[in-house]
Amino acid sequence: MIRFLKDRMSALLELNNLVKRFQSFTAVNGISLDVPAGEVLGFLGPNGAGKSTTMKMAAGFLTPDDGSARICGVDVASEPEKARLNLGYLPEGAPAYGEMSVAGFLKFCAKMRNLSGAEAGDAIARAVERTELGAVLEQPIETMSKGFKRRVGLAQAILHEPRVLILDEPTDGLDPNQKHQVRQLIRDMAADRAIVISTHILEEVDAVCSRAVIIDRGTVVADGTAAELRKLAPGKAKGASLEDAFRHVTAPASGEGEAHV
Amino acid sequence: MSRTMAIFQRELSGYFNTPIAYVFLIIFVMLAGLFTFYIGNLYERGVADLLPYFTYLPWLFLILVPAISMRLWSEERRSGTIELLMTMPVSVWQAVIGKWLAGSAFVAVALACTIPLWLTVNYLGSPDNGVIAVSYLGALALASVFLAIGSCMSALTSNQVIAFVLAVSAGFVFVTSGTPIVLDGVRTVAPEAIAAGIASLSVLTHYEGLTRGLIDVPAVVWVVSMTAFWLFATTVAVELKKAG
Repeated sequence: MIRFLKDRMSALLELNNLVKRFQSFTAVNGISLDVPAGEVLGFLGPNGAGKSTTMKMAAGFLTPDDGSARICGVDVASEPEKARLNLGYLPEGAPAYGEMSVAGFLKFCAKMRNLSGAEAGDAIARAVERTELGAVLEQPIETMSKGFKRRVGLAQAILHEPRVLILDEPTDGLDPNQKHQVRQLIRDMAADRAIVISTHILEEVDAVCSRAVIIDRGTVVADGTAAELRKLAPGKAKGASLEDAFRHVTAPASGEGEAHV
Repeated sequence: MSRTMAIFQRELSGYFNTPIAYVFLIIFVMLAGLFTFYIGNLYERGVADLLPYFTYLPWLFLILVPAISMRLWSEERRSGTIELLMTMPVSVWQAVIGKWLAGSAFVAVALACTIPLWLTVNYLGSPDNGVIAVSYLGALALASVFLAIGSCMSALTSNQVIAFVLAVSAGFVFVTSGTPIVLDGVRTVAPEAIAAGIASLSVLTHYEGLTRGLIDVPAVVWVVSMTAFWLFATTVAVELKKAG
């Protein structure tokens, strides 16, 4: 019991039975997760499984139809502004104000985070260094490549040193070198933070995640370390890959399955 | 408050980051001059005032203010930045006010560009400058109401063109509801009280007094309540539509 309470207390991000319906379609159907400090949780699942919807609810952008999300113990729905103080969020597709320069955008984000003067300058310098954006500071974001835009999105997410980082496909569109850098960045930041990253790249789980959750059709179908997930592969053969396990637990929907025949 | 100001600054500089702002200002000043000198017959009237300018201003605002307000929320939704903005520690209210203030500030700049008209009538004669000052204030208040309506329409759609058309349509209803054509039509089917109620919602009813230098309580109540209502409607629309 004490152990259980301790675990709950130390969880920086708590998702409790989240449900989201769009008309008659249930996108997320009762997802519960606790992410303590020091953990990098890989959020896996086929397209349309509900990864982004869950992350949007965790970040307080979408209101869940049922269940709750807490960031550092603060309920996202009832005290959204307080909860978001401790949140860094990279939305899907890394949206940013295209007409702004990188520097202008990060300054705006710093102001929104109540950082000003030297404090804001330091925070921006640190985020720019970590995401290697120094060379393009004055460039309008809309003129930049996908990889740079993603790094701008990452820079705004880590700007205020949040305790909880929710990153929706942080390495999408990056070249192998950039992927390596971003993974390194995530590992460096993990020590005292709870980090959730969604990805379809299974190698990412081995590269950065201390734990992975696979969801399918709105529910958690597997939860554990990369080694534990491998054991789920059929036959439990030695050397089973994460991909085998992934395919095994996320059976394609009947329509899609037939289309491949 | 500081976050509202951050949003305000970003939006306002956003207008001037694109050539559209300058195109808008030029068109606004040209049309204002056209209405004042040609259609309003400033010279032929032989009176040193800006009544022709202020009389046509609601109709000019009807088209031009939606052009300012259309991007406020539509663009956030189209580009997905609304997800960024609404996961920062800011309330919907603060964001709505910041954006609306930025639009109002832009209109203030546009109005300031027509100050040469004011100087012209002072050169030509001796107008009542108090009346003109109140008229400018009234024009800004009117534009702020239109902007509040426009920001609500902008929050309803991720398409700027649709936001523009919706805002012009809604604005048109509020301008024309005070005209005799509409009111006489209403009187034939409804009691006078309803016609008076519709007239009291109209832009023209309250704006007319302001162009004569008259700041009366109903006009102030109208400006404040219309703005508050439409900004509130904007927050509701942002909340409801941000998912889709």
